Amino acid sequence: MNLFSPIITGIFLGGLYAVIGLGLSLVFGVMKLVNLAHGAFVVFGSYLGLALLIAFGLDPILALILIVPTAFILGYCIQKFLVNRAYQLGTEPALLITYGISIILANLYQQIFSPYFKSLVTDYSVKGLSIGPYSVPLIYVLDFIVCFIAMLLLHWLLNKTYIGLSIRCAVQDPVAAKLMGISIEHVYALTLGISLSFASLAGVFLGLTFPFNPVSSFTYLFIAFGVVVIGGLGSMTGTFIGGIVLGLSQTLAAYFLGIGLQTFVGFIVIFIMLAIRPQGIFGVKE
Amino acid sequence: MPGEPLLKLESVSIYYGNFCAVKNVSLSVYEGEIVSLIGANGAGKTTVMNAIMGLVHPAKGSIIFEGKRIDKLDTSQIVSLGVSLVPEGRRIFSTLTVYENLMAGAYTPRARAQREQMLKRVYDLFPILQERSKQLAGTLSGGEQQMLAIGRALMSNPKLLLLDEISLGLSPIVTLKLYDAIRRINSEGTTILLVEQNVRQSLKISSRAYILKSGEIVLSGYSKDLKDEEEIKSAYFGV
Repeated sequence: MNLFSPIITGIFLGGLYAVIGLGLSLVFGVMKLVNLAHGAFVVFGSYLGLALLIAFGLDPILALILIVPTAFILGYCIQKFLVNRAYQLGTEPALLITYGISIILANLYQQIFSPYFKSLVTDYSVKGLSIGPYSVPLIYVLDFIVCFIAMLLLHWLLNKTYIGLSIRCAVQDPVAAKLMGISIEHVYALTLGISLSFASLAGVFLGLTFPFNPVSSFTYLFIAFGVVVIGGLGSMTGTFIGGIVLGLSQTLAAYFLGIGLQTFVGFIVIFIMLAIRPQGIFGVKE
Repeated sequence: MPGEPLLKLESVSIYYGNFCAVKNVSLSVYEGEIVSLIGANGAGKTTVMNAIMGLVHPAKGSIIFEGKRIDKLDTSQIVSLGVSLVPEGRRIFSTLTVYENLMAGAYTPRARAQREQMLKRVYDLFPILQERSKQLAGTLSGGEQQMLAIGRALMSNPKLLLLDEISLGLSPIVTLKLYDAIRRINSEGTTILLVEQNVRQSLKISSRAYILKSGEIVLSGYSKDLKDEEEIKSAYFGV
């Protein structure tokens, strides 16, 4: 039995899953909002990468310098003009808004790009990298590197910048944060902008790794939920571990049970986690 | 008192639902003064402070700071204009370090530009905060937390500093220390409006005082004239 390949791809893939989870976890941690559009935001990165690749032949990784800021602005505006308003009525209306956005985006993707599977095809997306006697797709290695870059970046952003400080203040005591001159609406908008930036980053690399279609929005939403459920909310380490566990369970399931059961096994793992430790591995019981 | 007051409340009424927490309150604070707002629990002192900061908005009346109406503004705009509140119960960010708390106080662009200068001033005023700058704020003692709350409010270099019951739950010695610091802050040019239950202490430090009872101002004047305790007691307890 050669388990090397499924284990290593599982871990590398899990890194990318962790990036998807980061954005969902951040938004929930800051504004207690379950962002049902998170998967659609991930795929937003994939499709925008595809559009830039088709239209200008722009390399998807290079195109990140356009995609990430676009995603940030989109996230900021959605929060500022839509979700913040709904938020004044409570978290449920805001939740419905995000559900609406996910449906609108998925249909938009379908209108523009057809319901068929697309991929971001580049020279490196099909290359392999030799590790000893084994070969791992290069893109999986890149996925893992991106995971570390994303986590370091988010850590730096939250702990070393004024934006991060304002976010942490708003989470801990919104009233005291206001008294510092921090606008809570602005903090929330920044948070969704950051979340969407990370989602689109993950989306580009997912697009390089797997084919995607409009329905992938919902697949990635479930993956993001899975990562957060397994790892626990509010802990970056937990999100990372959650991603790895989910990634591993999928690749190992594919290896032992066949590729058709890999998503199923992923759900089983989430289910078991919810049953025995609902707060997640690193989560704190409330 | 010459000229326009720095802060002026004109017939301000504030409701929570149908409940009238503050009724027809007018008061003025002139530049350089220490003014105290005295009253029993539930008299509406904190509500007045929150209204000045824009945390609640008055149903009637107006609040004017430096000749400009601020009662419709957001809290963040009011802070930017140079008003800062040390809230009741301190509300420090306990999972952030002392240094991060102070930096949060210098959030507004105006404050950020001069934060090093202000940090030096705060450390000068409360040296203990410099010693503990890397500690989590939640690990400080009550008195130190209150110093941090005052230091944090000072970081925005306010023209008007509002203090809400800073002596609550603190020992007399710590309270005296804090009041010394308040005097020093005032002598360095910051105007102060303070809310207290502690009558003697606040009359001692302030030049003028307003006595609030059930949301209304029942007595006001120079603190030295109000020291006649009987008069205050009757206003306070309604005897």
